[in-house]
Amino acid sequence: MPPPGTEGQPLRVAVIGAGPAGFYTVEHLFRQPGLSVEVDLYDRLPTPYGLVRFGVAPDHQKIKNVTAVFDKTAAHPGFRFFGHVELGKDVTIEDLRAHYHQIVYTTGAQTDRRMGIPGEDLRGSHPATDFVAWYNGHPDYREHRFDLSKERVAVVGVGNVAVDVVRILCRTTEELAATDISEDALAALRESRVREVYLLGRRGPAQAAFTNPEIRELGDLPGADVVARPDEVEPDPLTRAELEQSGDRSTLKKVEILREYARRAPLGKPRTLTVRFLASPVALHGSESGEVTGLRIVRNELHPTAAGTLQARPTDRFEELPAGLVFRSVGYRGVPIPGVPFHDAWGVILNDKGRVLEPDSREPRSGEYAAGWIKRGPSGVIGTNKPDAAETVASMVEDLGRGRLLTPSEPESGAAQMLVQQRQPQYVSWPDWQRLDALEVARGRASGRPRVKFTRVEEMLAALGR
Amino acid sequence: MNIASILARKGGKVATCRPAESIRRALALLAEHNIGALVVVDESGRPAGMLSERDIVREAARDERLFARSVGEIMTRDVIVGVPEDDLRAVRRTMTERRIRHVPVVVEGRLVGIVSIGDVVKAELDQYLGEVDTLQMQVGSRP
Repeated sequence: MPPPGTEGQPLRVAVIGAGPAGFYTVEHLFRQPGLSVEVDLYDRLPTPYGLVRFGVAPDHQKIKNVTAVFDKTAAHPGFRFFGHVELGKDVTIEDLRAHYHQIVYTTGAQTDRRMGIPGEDLRGSHPATDFVAWYNGHPDYREHRFDLSKERVAVVGVGNVAVDVVRILCRTTEELAATDISEDALAALRESRVREVYLLGRRGPAQAAFTNPEIRELGDLPGADVVARPDEVEPDPLTRAELEQSGDRSTLKKVEILREYARRAPLGKPRTLTVRFLASPVALHGSESGEVTGLRIVRNELHPTAAGTLQARPTDRFEELPAGLVFRSVGYRGVPIPGVPFHDAWGVILNDKGRVLEPDSREPRSGEYAAGWIKRGPSGVIGTNKPDAAETVASMVEDLGRGRLLTPSEPESGAAQMLVQQRQPQYVSWPDWQRLDALEVARGRASGRPRVKFTRVEEMLAALGR
Repeated sequence: MNIASILARKGGKVATCRPAESIRRALALLAEHNIGALVVVDESGRPAGMLSERDIVREAARDERLFARSVGEIMTRDVIVGVPEDDLRAVRRTMTERRIRHVPVVVEGRLVGIVSIGDVVKAELDQYLGEVDTLQMQVGSRP
């Protein structure tokens, strides 16, 4: 029998999770010169693209253009999509080992980090990602409810998720109605009584994770005045020294944008968005009925670590910020996959350049890999997953050359298809998805929206005539 | 981006040696792992110093019978230690200015990893490549 990866016996790979990391992994596999490879891309949801569909904000449609690149990958004859098939429920790792030479986990960072402060679980305090998944029409979040009758909302964190959340809260109904935001979220936000939105950064503007285009966008909102405090946007002496020395133009620009916000006079727009810095919540307050009513905030100052990072250190100055709705966005972590070694401190699959490692020996486990956020943690933009996937694929190709593979008993594409068919007869193929996609786009056309998403799995299956 | 995102894909293994071990043994470890530096740790596993190729070369130029001497004699004791939350940009600047190529990473005194200047530069480069790719996508110059 010819070795796997050659014409007579293609390398058979299962990729678990059809987000950007999954698609970039498939793309890099198909690009390997002289490698004959077949890839089955699994996702527990019927729809592909992961966070491009359920994470990227609806008013950032252009970022979603990346799906055209993924579609090109999906057009390769060696590609199959098995949507609505869940690892650990419909198929097991043992099943995969029996059908593939290599398995790649690209399941992302599916849960949020907690703030670890009293009152975090009061009613009205939510992970920001729940809100994001809800307004993006994720089927698992459609029943979630957020009390938008509250006038004051605080969002903890200044990463891109936090910025997305405040922006969506401040958008006008007209703006939102032109996006592919879920129907439920559009209806709820139309009734929103939110007037004041706070964005809370632990460190200063120079250390904030948001990008300059993101922060500039907040200053251009038709429905909200942006407010910043002069004393908070002005870099402290340590930051100033660092900026002078590095001459880092984009950070200087970031500070400049915020300085300009601090100088602005409010124009009386319906909402106010206040950007705060050097402020961390230390507790959430609640009413007797267990509803969040506000945050106790400590003012921070910056101090350098040995390696030179300016980090936040709490002072003894506190203040109270009333808020009826709180979203936390202070980091994300991966969810362990049963049977796959996990590094709890990093919140990732235990790996070395994408090779899954045995927990005790720290030696690579044959045929199992990771890519994307479940490999390196939640950092970077969509495109960062491309070099990340390239590294994992390089490890896979190297191992293939050394004959370090799984030894599947049924390495035929027909056998894998049979398995999926048997375990999840309602699986969604790539052509099925293309039909759903066309239907969603058609539903949006009448109202001038990019698409109107299906937000229920049953709804999707029904649309496919099942 | 911070140091944690580099350590997350390095498997958490750090090549270490003890101050009492010989330079011969240290060289064997450097060769075996194909790396440029070892973290020298005390009995409780805390970093006590670093032993780099440079340290060995500098000493070898002075003393040809170097191999039998102990790591503790020639290691660099004044070590800059990082934490997982350190920003890559700050770490890169510190490493460049102070001409250090390896930073051991500790959590509450315990050694959890090591990053090299190569790791830091590659992580930043990958980040920039990713950003460029995503921006190009938005302005429609791709695919």
